[in-house]
Amino acid sequence: MNKFGKWAGRAIVTAAATFGLAGIAQAWEPTKPVEFVVPAGTGGGADQMARFIQGIVAKNKLMAQPLVVVNKSGGAGAEGFLEVKGAKGDPHKIIITLSNLFTTPLATGVPFNWRDLTPGAMLALDQFVLWVNADSPYMTAKEYIDDIKAKPASTFKMAGTGSKQEDQIITAMIDKATGKKMIYVPFKGGGDVAVQLVGGHVNSTVNNPIEAEAHWRGGKLRPLCIMDNERLSYTEKVTATQSWADIPTCQSAGVPIEYLMLRGIFLAPGVTQDQVDFYVDLFKKVRETPEWADFMKKGAFKQTFMSGKEFADWVSKTESMHYGLMKEAGFLAK
Amino acid sequence: MERSEEAAEAGLTNRWPEILVALFLLAASIIVVIDSIRVGIGWEEGEGPLAGYFPFYIGCILMLSSGWILVGALMKFRRAQPQFATWGELKLVMQMLVPLIFYVAAVIYLGIYVSSLLLIGFFMKVHGKFSWLATAITAIAVPLASFMLFERWFLVPLPKGPIELMLGF
Amino acid sequence: MEEFNNLMHGFSVALTLHNLGFMVLGITLGILIGVLPGLGGANGIAILLPLTFSMDQTSAIIMLSCIYWGALFGGAITSILFNIPGEPWSVATTFDGYPMAQQGRAGAALTAAFTSSFVGAFFAVLLITFLAPLVARFALRFGAAEMFAVQMLTFCSFVGMSKEPPAKTLAVMTLGFALAAVGMDTVTGTLRMTFGYTELLKGFDFLIAVIGLFGIGEILLTMEEGLAFKGKSAKIQFNVVLQTWKELLRYWRTSLRSVLVGCWMGVTPGGATPASFMAYGLARRGAKDKDSFGKGNIEGVVAPETAAHAAGTSALLPMLTLGIPGSPTAAVLLGGLLIWGLQPGPLLFAEKPDFVWGLIASMYLGNIVGLIVVLTTVPWWAAILRIPFSVIGPVIIVICAIGAYTVHNSLFDVVMMLVFGVFGYLFKKLRYPLAPLVLALVLGDMAESSFRQSMLLSQGSLDIFWANPLVAGLMSLSFLMLLWPVIPALKHYLRSR
Repeated sequence: MNKFGKWAGRAIVTAAATFGLAGIAQAWEPTKPVEFVVPAGTGGGADQMARFIQGIVAKNKLMAQPLVVVNKSGGAGAEGFLEVKGAKGDPHKIIITLSNLFTTPLATGVPFNWRDLTPGAMLALDQFVLWVNADSPYMTAKEYIDDIKAKPASTFKMAGTGSKQEDQIITAMIDKATGKKMIYVPFKGGGDVAVQLVGGHVNSTVNNPIEAEAHWRGGKLRPLCIMDNERLSYTEKVTATQSWADIPTCQSAGVPIEYLMLRGIFLAPGVTQDQVDFYVDLFKKVRETPEWADFMKKGAFKQTFMSGKEFADWVSKTESMHYGLMKEAGFLAK
Repeated sequence: MERSEEAAEAGLTNRWPEILVALFLLAASIIVVIDSIRVGIGWEEGEGPLAGYFPFYIGCILMLSSGWILVGALMKFRRAQPQFATWGELKLVMQMLVPLIFYVAAVIYLGIYVSSLLLIGFFMKVHGKFSWLATAITAIAVPLASFMLFERWFLVPLPKGPIELMLGF
Repeated sequence: MEEFNNLMHGFSVALTLHNLGFMVLGITLGILIGVLPGLGGANGIAILLPLTFSMDQTSAIIMLSCIYWGALFGGAITSILFNIPGEPWSVATTFDGYPMAQQGRAGAALTAAFTSSFVGAFFAVLLITFLAPLVARFALRFGAAEMFAVQMLTFCSFVGMSKEPPAKTLAVMTLGFALAAVGMDTVTGTLRMTFGYTELLKGFDFLIAVIGLFGIGEILLTMEEGLAFKGKSAKIQFNVVLQTWKELLRYWRTSLRSVLVGCWMGVTPGGATPASFMAYGLARRGAKDKDSFGKGNIEGVVAPETAAHAAGTSALLPMLTLGIPGSPTAAVLLGGLLIWGLQPGPLLFAEKPDFVWGLIASMYLGNIVGLIVVLTTVPWWAAILRIPFSVIGPVIIVICAIGAYTVHNSLFDVVMMLVFGVFGYLFKKLRYPLAPLVLALVLGDMAESSFRQSMLLSQGSLDIFWANPLVAGLMSLSFLMLLWPVIPALKHYLRSR
């Protein structure tokens, strides 16, 4: 039975490959449920986005087969990436990435690299904002930075998500800009981090907009600057007086920091161009839905879309940036 | 559950199981200690304990306590021991453990559905002496119900083998 | 009485036939999810979340929260019947629930569990209704040091008077802590004890250990006694519910204490699992006949179930008011809220009163509906024990394997379940206690990270644990709890001098 099964399985794969190569007019489509791997735990930012996409795809019937979300969060996401890396030629497995695509292999030495996967598409970029407690005296980023510079090192405390990942990299960049080291305290999730700041246990955070928005609106937190080269485009008021677009860039405040987090899709290695095209097209359709636009606005995402070579180039550039930053901060695996 | 060696039925005493489990715990503690030393067991000034600090001391306590158990067991080595289980009981346990090991191995190679069918079928037929019909119905119904529930409703993929692949799942 | 009016308004939102239908559906799905080990509340809700996108917000959250109540109820069922905790927080329920089932009192144990769950949830909902803003402010005071103190308190109130040999208790406890350390260290991002194996990256999940140690271990022990379940002769009548209720009234003190523990742990947020252990430990300490615990004392079912449900429910409070989830399940619900365009936080109560009060009203209704559903099924659940072992045995194994797999979608976990199962059997036979191992596995990881976060915050000074009255009080209480069993001996010693 076993042998026969294997034989039949192989026959199907071969047949599928032959059809693919023959380039029969019919475009490729998934023939069974597609596993959507999330290299992070349930409830986090990447997981939310993946399940949201799953919902959109199901609700708008964008795909005949269901999209199935699978969390593989072990080793800061290494488990998920290794799983997709190992699924060579399997078109029914895609992965949503965050910055741990770069940081995890660099910080832990776990053997994988984005080149082991097939780049699909960039969905959006997540912003980072420097937040302080609303009761603190700092009204602008400059005041805060100047105070850090004026006080001895290790006076200020920064809370962030995870260790040697995006939040700590940004902290290291701020350290470099001020010349004074801050104490970085890692927590498990972005929501926890924001609450530590609301409770006054730390001085600042670099939460993503969606993680801290409620506290901003509730008058508990104050955004100082945004880590991008331009302001956000969302002009709808969040608080009585301010909108996302009113937050100045950190650059303008004299802290030359730019950091955006990738929210993108990768496929298993060795899939055909047809299959990549199917997913790129699928995510284009997802991005056109009104639900997606709402979600983007809620989380103040930067809505850049890329695919193909442009995307691969962007990823490659971002990877070398991470390597440089992490090397400087001493985060590379020994 | 303790019986002395004078009990009517012959069986395995606690002597060897006790020693083997203690040895296992000791081995585990050595692994923990060695790896903790690798990642650093210090208490960095201003940063608190390093990654290996707690595991190191945990490993040490484990080493001491398992060592204590081992020494205790060796000291009593020649004395009469409480009975672990009779041979008859152990045989019964093996009747479950052996199929269980095969089942887990089968899950890896054949997927969970086929293996579950075989496991339930085996137990009902061999130990339960049920009719072929009752066996077949139960053995097919349980995997089928899990398939519908997990793969179809909840969209949770369970491990599948070559047969499911052949059927196109 | 503004809250009261709001609540009445909430009932009018929730009490439509349409929403009641979703409630029953949610409860039923939840029980199913709760019964299946591995597919816990968090996973279950995450899986069903996308299904609710096409529903309107209020109905969707009502259904999802009812799945949550269902899962809370359902977790107790397999714990009592087969010694397999369906959910992490029902581990403590197995300690007395399973012995009760073996003595033919499965119906009573189930009734006690469900009723206590209801009581716990009910008080927690009252807390949410009337004290939400106050409690939320309190939750904000919990930094890393306070969290560590709470974990310490949980641990100290549970350990201390094991009947097993002390060396063995210590050995399994440290084994639990060591297993908890495997995988990535959250504070420095270093990989510990993985030795280059991908399978070890995610560490040892508490659920896998529990399914193996308790579930598979118990099956092996059952085999020793021949192919039969002891409790199968139990007669099942419906009046078991009424009889048990009469008995439960006597334990109001335990219930009250467990409600307090549960609400406290849910809000702070310590979580439902630690809460259940803590309540069990406290109940045992407070009881006159301590030795009957672990042998089928109904109080040992009441305490953890009340606390777990109270914690599970009050964990929603910090989520709604602050956006911090008090439990993994609450974290997923939080994700759901965000997806529907609702931003939990201080303003949610003011901005979306319909939604919030509808949800709170559905907590009352959902729990009442849930209680009715589960109580009417008690006789059927208990009747499962009559099925011959040659049928139910392999089915339990299949359920365990599916459960172990679904926790992390990993085949390695299924193998680990088997390994833990064999050790569960050996440990039981050689008188190693299992509870300290499990508790260490739950708390180890959390306690280590909060301790080290505190050390980072305080620059390596232990004074942070005595820095304010809250944390100092918690720490003193923990030490008191730790020394409690020794105090009589100490008194005796001092007097004899």
